Amino acid sequence: MLKLPARRPPLPGAELPDPIDGDTVAALVERLDMASQRRLGRALAIRHVNTGSCNGCEMEVRALTGVLYDLTRFGLRFVDSPLHADVLVVTGPLTRNLRQALEQAWDATPDPKWVVALGDCAVDGGVFRGSYAVMDGVGTGVPVNLTISGCPPSPVRILSGLRALLEASSR
Amino acid sequence: MTRAAEIVKGAPAVDCRPWPRHILTMDQWAELAREPLVLLAAWADTVQVHALYRDGQSVVPVSIEPDAAFYPALSPYHPSARLFERTIRDLWGHMAAGGDDGAWLDHGHWPHSKPLSIRPGPRPPTADPPEFLPVEDDRLMHWPIGPVGSGVGEAYHLRLTLDGSRIVRAESRLGYTHKGILTLMRAKSPRIAARFAARLAGDGTVAHSIAFARATEAAMSVEAPPRAAALRTLMLHLERVATHLDDLGIVAGMAGSADAQGRSGVQQEYLRRGLAATFGHRLMMDVVVPGGVSADADAIGLSGMRQVLGAVLAEVPILDALFATGALAARLTGVGDCAAGDAVRRCQARLDAIHRDTEAAIALLTDLPEGPLTVALPAESGEGIGWAPSARGGIWHWLRLDHGQIAAVFPRDPGWDLWPMAEAALAGQDAGDAALICASFGLPVSGMDL
Repeated sequence: MLKLPARRPPLPGAELPDPIDGDTVAALVERLDMASQRRLGRALAIRHVNTGSCNGCEMEVRALTGVLYDLTRFGLRFVDSPLHADVLVVTGPLTRNLRQALEQAWDATPDPKWVVALGDCAVDGGVFRGSYAVMDGVGTGVPVNLTISGCPPSPVRILSGLRALLEASSR
Repeated sequence: MTRAAEIVKGAPAVDCRPWPRHILTMDQWAELAREPLVLLAAWADTVQVHALYRDGQSVVPVSIEPDAAFYPALSPYHPSARLFERTIRDLWGHMAAGGDDGAWLDHGHWPHSKPLSIRPGPRPPTADPPEFLPVEDDRLMHWPIGPVGSGVGEAYHLRLTLDGSRIVRAESRLGYTHKGILTLMRAKSPRIAARFAARLAGDGTVAHSIAFARATEAAMSVEAPPRAAALRTLMLHLERVATHLDDLGIVAGMAGSADAQGRSGVQQEYLRRGLAATFGHRLMMDVVVPGGVSADADAIGLSGMRQVLGAVLAEVPILDALFATGALAARLTGVGDCAAGDAVRRCQARLDAIHRDTEAAIALLTDLPEGPLTVALPAESGEGIGWAPSARGGIWHWLRLDHGQIAAVFPRDPGWDLWPMAEAALAGQDAGDAALICASFGLPVSGMDL
């Protein structure tokens, strides 16, 4: 059985580290920025929002996170909260019953943020266009930056779209 | 003759194929509800409320005309009727006397209420927030989950009432993904409406398409040619394998087994690539159409499918061992325990199904009959019921055709059964296991949100 050390309260009169020189930090940030932007590109955190999808797009997006496509190697990963996200990947024709949920998710996502409308439904309502229960596409609720068409789009197609976003965002 | 058959015997019947639909009186309706039958579905059209029962091997569709918009409720005798009654209220405006009259699909955001009734009502003045049972005890707290839940999945709302970390009660609220599919299918030809049937549930697109096609063919008294029928059966087996692998992968991932998750994911992906090569679509959407199939299977794709299925078959014992012994099994044992077993039982049932379906598909590959792919569909009037077993359970479609166009239709998704079951299984469990329990049921949403 692993024994964890008991947490110790800070000692009274413990030494505080010297304040960090502002210029050093600024210089380091500049060098890191140049190196990471050029060599490492950017990492994007993605939050999936379902706005009435049939679960077809979800299966293809899930395939992306699997071992064969391994999305994480491109610096793309799915996060559980819009608070942690740079990108909202939205599937479904945007049903009226989910409009508020999408708007709340968008509001909760910190700037700068991107919205990807994934699948024919999300692009313009798809086959459900014109129904009393749908808003005819994600763009009617929040501003869309990228559309990926297909019913559903294949994992390769989704991956190209997301990588394009990655390239664009690191410029 | 069974009791159910005796009750409906004297009632006037409509020529619904293959099972005649009887129009019952209020008394007969209530009497039949008290019989120990399985209620498969309850739905409505503009003038009648319908119920579909299973009586042993036979299927009994019955109807009743509501009296001043009210009909006798089924939910006092069949608890599973509760959600159907709420849906009938929301879409057609018929009220179940003595039943559940809460909202389900209608959240107060549509431009009008009762969209499928003859006269849709005005839009409700305020949006309807989901209502949940009140909590009397100060120690208890509510944990709302969704509709934007964690992970890449479907949209639903789950309200857990917690005592510490123990779930006291789980209530679901669906309808978020309601797309108005029944209205979209109305007044269209079956061939066009099949596109909507195929998009009820992406994980059961083939099963929904087959049930819809069979209902249409029954109503028109035609039969799909032998090669089309065989290809449909083959696709149904393949879809079930893929969906079960998807479900297993999700559960394994949540339970912390990257090994089992990776293995199911790889097999699923190779299978989907094979499906794309054989049928032109990774999910086989729109391949099954009323009257047959829209395209023939690719010969090279079919021979590749043999290898893909062989690999799946070789993987089953490895997955079986992972789910039956060791850390993964330990994690899943006792999780979401209910009358239908725990998460381990459900995973093993999926593995058994994968084994059966893969073997059946391999057998079919060697024995595909030659011949035409479709039959012509006459522009006739009629009524029919079709059925197909999906990975999640039985799918039933009923439809009425008027001169070759759809007058009324209802698809019954297995979700109607699974959600009440999952709610019961969540009670008494640890709150941290809620997502895992839901995943182990593979809860479908879109198909029952219509």
